[in-house]
Amino acid sequence: MTDLAWIDAAVTAARPQALGALLRYFRDLDTAEEAFQEACLRALKNWPQNGPPRDPTAWLILVGRNTAIDAVRRRARHEPLPDEALISDLGDTEAELAERLDGAQYRDDVLRLMFICCHPELPATQQIALALRIVSGLSVRQIARAFLVTEAAMEQRITRAKSRVTQADVAFEAPGPPERAARLAAVAAMIYLLFNEGYSAGGRGLDEPRAALCDEAIRLARLLLSLYPGEPEIMGLTALLLLQHARAPARLDAQGAAVLLEDQNRALWSREMIDEGLALIDKAMRHARPGPYQVQAAIAALHDRAPDAAATDWAQIDLLYAALERLAPSPVVTLNRAVAVAKVKGPAEALAMIEPLGPRLSGYFHFFGLRGALLGQLGRTAEARVAFDRAIALAHTAAEAAHIRMHLDRLG
Amino acid sequence: MLYAILCYNSEQAVGAWSKQQDDAVMVKLAAVQEKLAREGRLGPVARLMPTTAATTLRKTQDPPLVLDGPFAETKEQLLGFYVIDCTGLEQALETARELAQANPGGAYELRPLRLFKAAGPGFQA
Repeated sequence: MTDLAWIDAAVTAARPQALGALLRYFRDLDTAEEAFQEACLRALKNWPQNGPPRDPTAWLILVGRNTAIDAVRRRARHEPLPDEALISDLGDTEAELAERLDGAQYRDDVLRLMFICCHPELPATQQIALALRIVSGLSVRQIARAFLVTEAAMEQRITRAKSRVTQADVAFEAPGPPERAARLAAVAAMIYLLFNEGYSAGGRGLDEPRAALCDEAIRLARLLLSLYPGEPEIMGLTALLLLQHARAPARLDAQGAAVLLEDQNRALWSREMIDEGLALIDKAMRHARPGPYQVQAAIAALHDRAPDAAATDWAQIDLLYAALERLAPSPVVTLNRAVAVAKVKGPAEALAMIEPLGPRLSGYFHFFGLRGALLGQLGRTAEARVAFDRAIALAHTAAEAAHIRMHLDRLG
Repeated sequence: MLYAILCYNSEQAVGAWSKQQDDAVMVKLAAVQEKLAREGRLGPVARLMPTTAATTLRKTQDPPLVLDGPFAETKEQLLGFYVIDCTGLEQALETARELAQANPGGAYELRPLRLFKAAGPGFQA
């Protein structure tokens, strides 16, 4: 790897911690971002000459701090601080100093940085865009490509979101346990949204910038888990993302059309991601504190573990969805449960289960897709056709619509 | 003499590699591994899963304590290892240098080892 590629990876890896520490220090997002930016520029100049520092994160924090303070002092006509060449070979004492200053706060720094992107008044897409910009450090251009909008539109969206969050009051003191738990939950939800944004784009290859959002979500989930290693729901979230993303190579056919789970070539699934996900579920189970992410991960694991579609343990999936209905009730969860019920108890039971959801899911593609399929299985062809037509009208992508048309054709 | 080459690097930095970067490094490492295999010197090679997947059993007390995460909180983590057959330290260093060229950053610890058992009967990786 070239020097520049190495520096790029080191800076990307250091960004959440370093920016989080600078934010705590300056209590202002713009100042913190400018300081970090300046530190990165100096790293690009300094590291190839003097060799990489022992601790890139501590280096970026110290230099970022100094440059920002330097700027303030220069404005006040004071003597400048010594330049970073003097701390470029960050000795162990300095690293230890930075560690003492920041070590105890790192976790909460990173969590705070992620949390300010989760402002409840921000729509989901803006939360994600902001997190990609601030926490991940993606360029506006990269984010715009991922969201399929122009750079100017994304720039505006991020600027607006940023001014919204900087007006909000975020406590800079270390949070107490209830506040920390609330922040963790909000950040976990944001990471899941980010993953879904990439997941809904389809498989790998076809839509690279969007699919890369899944990788970024997994990276952030692992980061969060490394900071809070004993949180079973964060283990569950990370497992869920890995177990779903493991199927990405099989989710689209050569023409780019979605391939149903039951039709996927399971040999293409990533064994490595599945194993890591399963290991995380095992760890989470030991805590005996179930939550929605753990249950969803367990459901994904049952699919991933089945050697072929026919071997899927639908009875167990039905039970897990029942648990999820209790933990996090929603019509979509019931709809998903109905898929399992149809396999275990038949289409009539499943149809009875989803009929009451009609008013709440009247604009939901998957509701009409499943309803059509169940009616078709029961031989109620005319009603099935009506449901499928409605599903096509509600489809978000050409692949979704094409999939329903295939069902319509099968009705004959 | 058997040597373990223990691969330490910042997990976060390696985790920030793009898929393309990661693949490129793996291709280069595979070339070095193939050469070692041809020379009959390549033992097991392992890439460890992220430390977030790790569990630690602290056995300083009875019953031992089960903890989430890796054993040590360090800047650089143990990410994988090779077992290779070497004539001695010089050859082990030579191999480690070749691997380092394919995958710079972090550190390799070269540790001589004695294999108690290659694998038990019926073990299949």
